Amino acid sequence: MRKLNERIIEAGLALCGGLTILTTVGIIYVLFSESWGFFSRVFFFDFITDTEWTPLFTQKHYGILPLLSGTFIVTLISIIVALPVGLTIAIFLNEYAPKGFRQNVKPALEILAAVPTVVYGFFALTVVTPFLQVIIPGLGSFNALSAGIVMGIMIIPMVSSLSEDALFAIPKTLKEASYGMGATRFQTAFKVAVPAAASGIIVSVILAIGRAIGETMIVSIAAGQQPILTLDPRDAVETITAYIVQVSLGDVEHGSLEYQTIFAAGITLFLFTFILNNISFWMKKKYQERYE
Amino acid sequence: MNNLRKNRLIDETFRYFGIACTLFGLVMLAIFIGKILLDGAGRIDWDFIMSLPSRKPEKAGILTAWTGTTWILGLTAIIAIPIGVAAGIYLEEYGNKNRLASIVEINIANLAGVPSIIYGLLGLEIFVRTLKLGGSLLAGAFTLALLILPIIIVATREALKAVPGSLREASYGMGATKWQTIWYQVLPASSGGILTGIILSLSRAVGETAPLIVIGALAYVPFIAKSPMDEFTVLPMQIFNWVSRPQHGFIVNAASAIIILLIITFILNGIAIYLRNKWQKKINW
Repeated sequence: MRKLNERIIEAGLALCGGLTILTTVGIIYVLFSESWGFFSRVFFFDFITDTEWTPLFTQKHYGILPLLSGTFIVTLISIIVALPVGLTIAIFLNEYAPKGFRQNVKPALEILAAVPTVVYGFFALTVVTPFLQVIIPGLGSFNALSAGIVMGIMIIPMVSSLSEDALFAIPKTLKEASYGMGATRFQTAFKVAVPAAASGIIVSVILAIGRAIGETMIVSIAAGQQPILTLDPRDAVETITAYIVQVSLGDVEHGSLEYQTIFAAGITLFLFTFILNNISFWMKKKYQERYE
Repeated sequence: MNNLRKNRLIDETFRYFGIACTLFGLVMLAIFIGKILLDGAGRIDWDFIMSLPSRKPEKAGILTAWTGTTWILGLTAIIAIPIGVAAGIYLEEYGNKNRLASIVEINIANLAGVPSIIYGLLGLEIFVRTLKLGGSLLAGAFTLALLILPIIIVATREALKAVPGSLREASYGMGATKWQTIWYQVLPASSGGILTGIILSLSRAVGETAPLIVIGALAYVPFIAKSPMDEFTVLPMQIFNWVSRPQHGFIVNAASAIIILLIITFILNGIAIYLRNKWQKKINW
């Protein structure tokens, strides 16, 4: 009897664990089945080469490129902000800062990661954009630059925290050898520590890129809703995520081609983040083996 | 000697650059909270908290938004906590070397990286359309529960991992079964860590907007939700709606609603950090 109970409990627990697999299967099934409907009506070739995305207009075009360029430019700006700042913070906390300072600053930076993204969107629209408009005359109230910068600020703690872990994990002897040769902290950090922790730092950047690509609210609020094929950061752009939000806010009939476009956009987004996740997972595995 | 001085100079310069970068994030956070307080603090009063939404900014309130957020928080917790903790227990205590566990592990790492809006698309098809829940609280709670499951599972595993083997062995030595050991010894010993993870995951759920927009949560709901099947709005939705309007009055409203949302988020995070510190101090295996 006792044994039976134990069995039942274990099966119940396993079921809960299995539910996570079901979630993944569900996501893939939903994205594929609805996109299937989309691609039976729109040529795949047009989808990846047409330079216009206008499913909601009378003159319909279904080219994903404008959404990709919008996503790309905002992500690029955010990484340009987050990588140098985040990596410098990681090096500073690891090599320079006194221990007490590090213990206080790390949780403070984590607050940045806890703020809801809709709040960052408000920040971009009401603080950063007006500020940028002073510096760059003629800048519109919706632009890729402002959204990208704010997104960069949001992912700083992600880059700094993961990079710091990577720097912390390298063997102490490596750094001691460098100091023993008379190197300064700067030389030790950039010639020894950073190269040794390179894979961990790259993983942090890849995860940050994945986060930036999938971020929705900042771009929906501050970047605009114009799917234009452009790489000019001053333009209003529309990202994949912002498009899904735009359609979701309107009244779109279930089963219509408009409805299916958000799944086609969604599967594109999913594919990118899936690839990035797996690269980082693979790199993490590889670099863990090296030091253990 | 000259070279040495140059290197020292670079070293010192980078130290200041490091301080500047560290402060950059914190200063931004300060500017940002200051700006929101400046914009929104004056608007918060009893009427603002207890009023229904309105087309006139000075009459609009957040009653439906915060009651919706409370509903969502409660329902999501009820759904996600048992499943998440159970899955964590399974992976850590039972499935150490089996195939299912290793697949689930890779899978969870992947799920944690899936953008939240994709969960919205999943919820739209499965909960809203297939299970016919519509844009209801329940559909929203199921969607958010799936979103935060990976966080709860990972936190549960970490907490269980910290419990020493000697505790388990002592329990087995007394003749307890595996489940009795987990239920009476391991879970109480790791409850602090699990609770921390749960609260952090709920704080994430409170701030989520994108998946709820996709499943069809409404920006304008003129009544308080009375059952899980009712349509709803939440604070982040209300903020998003107000931010997108041109009138200045709504921007002020948005700032005020953000203050309330941030208070909720920071309280949840504060509790989590407090629990984590207390738990780490108390337990000295």
